[in-house]
Amino acid sequence: MSQPDLAANSADLTMPAVKAHKHDCAVIDELKMRFGDTAFTEQSSSDAIPTLWVGRGILLDVLRFVKTGINRPYRMLYDLFAIDERLRNHRDGQPSADFTVVYHLLSFDRNSDLRLKVALEGEYPSLPSCVGIWQSASWCEREAWDMFGITFEGHPHLRRLLMPSTWIGHPLRKEHPARATESGPFQLPDEKQDAEQEALLFRPEDWGMKRVSESSDFMFLNLGPQHPGTHGVLRVILQLDGEEIVDCVPEIGFHHRGAEKMGERQSWHSFIPYTDRIDYLGGVMNNLPYVMAVEQLAGIEVPERAEVIRIMMCELFRIASHLVWYGTFAQDIGVLSPVFYTFNDRERIFDIVRAVCGGRMHPSWFRIGGVAHDLPAGWDKMVLDFVQHLPPRILEWDKMVMRNRLFKARTVGVGAYTLEEAIDWGVTGPGLRACGLDWDFRKQRPYSGYDRFDFDIPVASNGDAYDRGAIRIAEMLQSIRIIEQCARNMPAGSYKSDHPLTTPPLKERTMYDIETLINHFLGVSWGPVIPPGESFYGIEATKGNNGYYLISDGGTMAYRLHIRTPSFRHMQMLPLMARGRTVADVLAILGSIDFVLADIDR
Amino acid sequence: MALGGILTVAANLIWLERRLLALWQDRYGPNRVGPFGLFQTIADAIKMFLKEDWIPPFADKAVFVLAPCIINATALLSFAVIPFAPGVQVMDLGAGLLFLLAMSSLGVYSVTLAGWASNNKYALLGGLRASAQMLSYEVYMSLSLMGVVLMAGSLNLSEIVKAQEGMWFCIPQCVGMALFFIAGIAETHRLPFDLPEAEAELVAGFHSEYSSMKFGMFFIGEYIGITLISALTALLYFGGWSGPLFGLSENLAPFVQFGWFALKTFILIGFFILLRASMPRPRYDQLIEFGWKAMLPLSLLNLLVTGAVVLALE
Repeated sequence: MSQPDLAANSADLTMPAVKAHKHDCAVIDELKMRFGDTAFTEQSSSDAIPTLWVGRGILLDVLRFVKTGINRPYRMLYDLFAIDERLRNHRDGQPSADFTVVYHLLSFDRNSDLRLKVALEGEYPSLPSCVGIWQSASWCEREAWDMFGITFEGHPHLRRLLMPSTWIGHPLRKEHPARATESGPFQLPDEKQDAEQEALLFRPEDWGMKRVSESSDFMFLNLGPQHPGTHGVLRVILQLDGEEIVDCVPEIGFHHRGAEKMGERQSWHSFIPYTDRIDYLGGVMNNLPYVMAVEQLAGIEVPERAEVIRIMMCELFRIASHLVWYGTFAQDIGVLSPVFYTFNDRERIFDIVRAVCGGRMHPSWFRIGGVAHDLPAGWDKMVLDFVQHLPPRILEWDKMVMRNRLFKARTVGVGAYTLEEAIDWGVTGPGLRACGLDWDFRKQRPYSGYDRFDFDIPVASNGDAYDRGAIRIAEMLQSIRIIEQCARNMPAGSYKSDHPLTTPPLKERTMYDIETLINHFLGVSWGPVIPPGESFYGIEATKGNNGYYLISDGGTMAYRLHIRTPSFRHMQMLPLMARGRTVADVLAILGSIDFVLADIDR
Repeated sequence: MALGGILTVAANLIWLERRLLALWQDRYGPNRVGPFGLFQTIADAIKMFLKEDWIPPFADKAVFVLAPCIINATALLSFAVIPFAPGVQVMDLGAGLLFLLAMSSLGVYSVTLAGWASNNKYALLGGLRASAQMLSYEVYMSLSLMGVVLMAGSLNLSEIVKAQEGMWFCIPQCVGMALFFIAGIAETHRLPFDLPEAEAELVAGFHSEYSSMKFGMFFIGEYIGITLISALTALLYFGGWSGPLFGLSENLAPFVQFGWFALKTFILIGFFILLRASMPRPRYDQLIEFGWKAMLPLSLLNLLVTGAVVLALE
């Protein structure tokens, strides 16, 4: 890897940015040709993703057809989640439903998405499981069951995923209390404690595992939730034959804070800080998909300066996140020093972030319609100093880590998956690019004006732990290029849109006419009222594609807020990567995935 | 006195290692307690002594207590045959080197028994790894030493030092030295060969269940081990106490000679610490494979060539 030629950077900010990605709507006709005109109901949404309602009966046929039968297929199950429709008022033209299950599919050949919805009637409805088509649906369906009580027939392990197994009720249903004060005081009598303890026991039989084989007794090793190698509260149960892993079960949910439920009772504006804590290493990068989804729903155009500021801060946080990953990954392999070097340089980023945003790790700095305030005086010198400082450091660490033979012996070929497996399991981000697919939302579906910047997308071919690492390191150098272009070409203008739904609204004219004063007062006290509709926005976040799916019922809060996180999918692949390897390899694999527990559990 | 001296050195090594690591890792390290943070280890030791001496109810109590004693006893006993300067040693054994190897073999019991007695899966894995690693690396350690023995014609450490008057053995025995040092790292299970405790994988490996001073004994035992291997390397390959005497009288000479010995030992200890600051950890099977496929043939070859040359010169 060589240092990128920073002089060759030529951002052309005079060029108009791509405003919205065009999805391929021809699929609607292709589906109607195959299944008949009456099989589907179309629905429009503000994100322009073709959205079709499908009957329960033909659901699996349709899914199978779009995955394998259709030309230029939709090979990735990008997301699967449910909606409780029972209290929703604005459902114009949508088939009647108590619950909806949404399948969000992605086609790389078309560079287009497809959203299929299934209307379900009844208090605790059921529908056939699609685990047979996409294995990655397993956790999504378990989550939907856990959160809504929707049964997926034919799912091999339909049990709770995020909530404890002793939980009563399904939290994302509208009747489930959102606040602790809405339920009785918490008590833990001895019997309950015993039952809770009992529920924590791992029974291999529940997972189709055997305790003994013909030749040996297996050892079940409980890795986590408190373990130095799991980077947070993650529990992985390993079935071991000696030190070799026969199978493993990742158990998640320890970091579940109900971010989606909170989204239903926070105003559109006051939810922004919660997004910071989803991928807690990504800082303001988390704000971006959320505020863009809201802006899409409200029809707000963001000024150019705000867009470039957003890109600059996002790329700084991409580097900050990758630096944490680099240090801890090296530490997992046993190189103890780089973590100190990378954290020192991360502090330099936080110095800039502190000067610009006033916060460090979770500045919650983006706003609906722009950013919180303008850049401070002298920001460009800080940024350009950092741009000069970091690349030589990264190349220096390369000698210590990536080019070390022992390090290579531990990572090359470890935890490898093929491109087909990656797509099938919903892998995005560096993990996907490590398999050779040049897929980055910043290039494929430019948002916030990324198309006007000059940068490359690093790609590798082996899909192993080493390549996933190499991609992230190369990405940091590319982010440096983007940041430098931002700093050198920062456009003048406003840092915030003057749209009335911008939050908090601009105050300049409030004292001159009563209409603006009222709007300002309501926007600040209640928060903005976002027009009813549905909107999804996904971005290339630090760990893969992070997206927010918002449903507004015309209120000051989201009716349903769903967060599509990359780590959730990546963690689900762990057994595939770990089988047949040793305990030491599991730690190398975990390190190479670069997950954040809050990004898995939300 | 020697015992107290070695324990003090080992304890202060902890401070030295923390300061050196900090230096190499762009941070301060312990610098608050006493001048340059020198009393940090004392503070740590006091804390360790005052902690609850906890034996888990599921552990095998007798063995659990015995295990940390073994490592300290064997490591300290090994120093009995180390000559710090001409004539300055506890006992001048004819087969000093054999005694050392015997002690180091016994040291394996400590780690293995600790892993077994803790009745904890992580500790067990650590203990298993330790026994396989230490047993196999002991083989290469003793084989690589045989080159020195052949050249010096003696197993007595003082004799070996005297045999290096013309040339330090690190030159003719450079392969042997490298092999011995690698095996030494594996014996003391230090990074990069710290698989028995590999904190990222096994939490704390064989001593996961240990706390208070029983943990402290493993801790000190590790540093005594480092001092021992460094002292041995200095003795066997770097001429031990030999060095310029600056024309001093015979009464003062041993002090300078001891100084030379100490200096060489500390440089080697520094090397141990530098390795920890810079190397990744191989996987268990890679370590064992490296042992049997690279270390063993090389140490046998070294022995063969040394033997042939010694024979030819006679």
